[in-house]
Amino acid sequence: MTDPANKPRRRFLGRTGASTALLALVPGVKLVDLALAKDEDEPASVKTRWGLLVDANRCVTDCQACVSACEDEHALAKTGTARLDPQWIRKVELVDESNDRSLSIPLMCQHCEDAPCVDVCPTGASFKRADGMVLVDKHTCIGCRYCMMACPFNARSFVHGEVTGQKSYSPRGKGTVESCTLCVHRVDQDRAPACVESCAVDGHGALTFGDLNDSESTVSKTVRSQPHRELRPDLALNTGVRYRGV
Amino acid sequence: MDKIRFQVLAGTHTGYRLLLWLLIILIGIGLIAAHHMESQGHWVTGMDNRVVWGLPHVFAIFLILSASGALNTASISSVFGRSDYQPLARLSGLLAVTLLTGGLAVLVLDLGRPDRLVVAMTYYNFSSVFAWNVFLYTGFMLVVLIYLWVMMTPQMRGYVRSVGVVALIWRLILTSGTGAIFGFLVARDAYDTAIMVPLFILMSLSLGMAVFWVSTLTMCRWNGYRVAPELSEKLRRLSAVFVLGVLFLMALHHLTNIYMAHHQGIERFLLVDGGVYPWLFWLGFVLCGSIVPVWWFLDRRFCTPAWTVTTALMVIVGGLCHLYVTIIGGQAYPLRLVSGYRVDSGLYDGEITHYLPTLPELALGIGGVSLALLITMLAVRILPFLPTVTRPLPGSNQG
Repeated sequence: MTDPANKPRRRFLGRTGASTALLALVPGVKLVDLALAKDEDEPASVKTRWGLLVDANRCVTDCQACVSACEDEHALAKTGTARLDPQWIRKVELVDESNDRSLSIPLMCQHCEDAPCVDVCPTGASFKRADGMVLVDKHTCIGCRYCMMACPFNARSFVHGEVTGQKSYSPRGKGTVESCTLCVHRVDQDRAPACVESCAVDGHGALTFGDLNDSESTVSKTVRSQPHRELRPDLALNTGVRYRGV
Repeated sequence: MDKIRFQVLAGTHTGYRLLLWLLIILIGIGLIAAHHMESQGHWVTGMDNRVVWGLPHVFAIFLILSASGALNTASISSVFGRSDYQPLARLSGLLAVTLLTGGLAVLVLDLGRPDRLVVAMTYYNFSSVFAWNVFLYTGFMLVVLIYLWVMMTPQMRGYVRSVGVVALIWRLILTSGTGAIFGFLVARDAYDTAIMVPLFILMSLSLGMAVFWVSTLTMCRWNGYRVAPELSEKLRRLSAVFVLGVLFLMALHHLTNIYMAHHQGIERFLLVDGGVYPWLFWLGFVLCGSIVPVWWFLDRRFCTPAWTVTTALMVIVGGLCHLYVTIIGGQAYPLRLVSGYRVDSGLYDGEITHYLPTLPELALGIGGVSLALLITMLAVRILPFLPTVTRPLPGSNQG
């Protein structure tokens, strides 16, 4: 006879199993592409260049799944004033100037190889990891906002007031600058960024994450075989985030 | 022949005392504003995630540029050997130090984390022009302090020219560094040009002379010293040349941008239909801050100290308008996020950002100006910066 007390546990196990199976199958989240589990003390390697491919053809105009996932993952609470809100990732609607075609893309830190924010930061608080992630050291950021002036994508936010409910893996601080971390805490545990995962769960699969240097990764194969672009190719930043269908 | 001597400001003029108290009150208000901004966060300012540098930066850069330019008279005196400028050289050096102090105070207190000043002094990223400027600003202060010491110590007179040359070169590099802060911003259409460097150098010469005029003529009046008419005439002509120089480079900058198709949007915004910015540019900077001052500087009907101070104040107001348009207007105009596409975001991408400075920002900026003036006024009471004329006794041959 089935013990009724086991029902919630079975339901939990069932849902977890289904979600895992879904994540393994949906496009964009190719967990097998990610590096094998590694020691948590292992430093980032130049052999890896983490990258993100955005397929604008798959991105749905009214969908905010990636934005919501990012806000949940990093506890990015709204301030009540849109112009002061943290915007690690935002949806941008574009209109092609040549034919008025509309499209929607998520826009976040582009994790540039030659990052202007890293160049201009006076204390080195904005830095690039060996694996290409552009991050902010919250302990040495003095809040001068020069990096925000330098970023070509308005991808950085300034923390204008007190923050509450911070996540231990994603520290934030009043008076410092912040931006998309590519969910470094997840990637270091061989998991995909929250936005990528949520886009996949929602069934759009517009985001593909992986190692651009790994010739076997999906992102690398797609970048090599499909047309794609950087948002501001004229600046020659060699961004880690690339766009298809733009 | 009259001999120039220097003395501390004698007595306490009523105007001096009133101004001193006013400055102390303004500094107090500025400090309260800075504390408010730091404790509450920058949401109490008009700045946001698009306009990240606001009114405090306008004041800070104005003071830093003026600091460099205020040294003009000392440089002409010691580097180019023009002894007729010597009476005003010490005051010139003093203003350079105090204005820079005021500017740096505003800059630091506007940081998101001013408590981390020690981090800014101990962690350096040498690819950042901001980091260079930390050295340039502190180094400039040190060089000018040495310059003043050498000027004020009779035994050190032989080194005045050498130190003056170092100070002159240093200040040119300093203003180049300040201009480069904007010139290196490749993503913003309003900046991203090497012309920012000579433009900022000329702005420093022009604004520094204007601040020098106002400060010097006011303090010399308290001291009963009258700037020689010939010297005044030369300095007025020099001021006019500097103002014209700024106007010329500014015209060149905008004309170049207008020539480039992808910069026409920002030019139209700043010069034609950008709301407050075209008004500040044409009326504030071009007319009141440049054309009229050049006319009054060159017309002998306006050569009295009162007119000269008025003209210099107009240059200062015009310079502030110019910096406001450059710094804030340049950020208010949206970025070209994606080449070949018009941004039509539900948020505020692709739109003009409306920035309205708040009282704490204004108070902080004015507090910085007040700090510079207060230190100057206290210094002239303590050390012999102000010139005075002593007439030789009949029959003596001192000269």
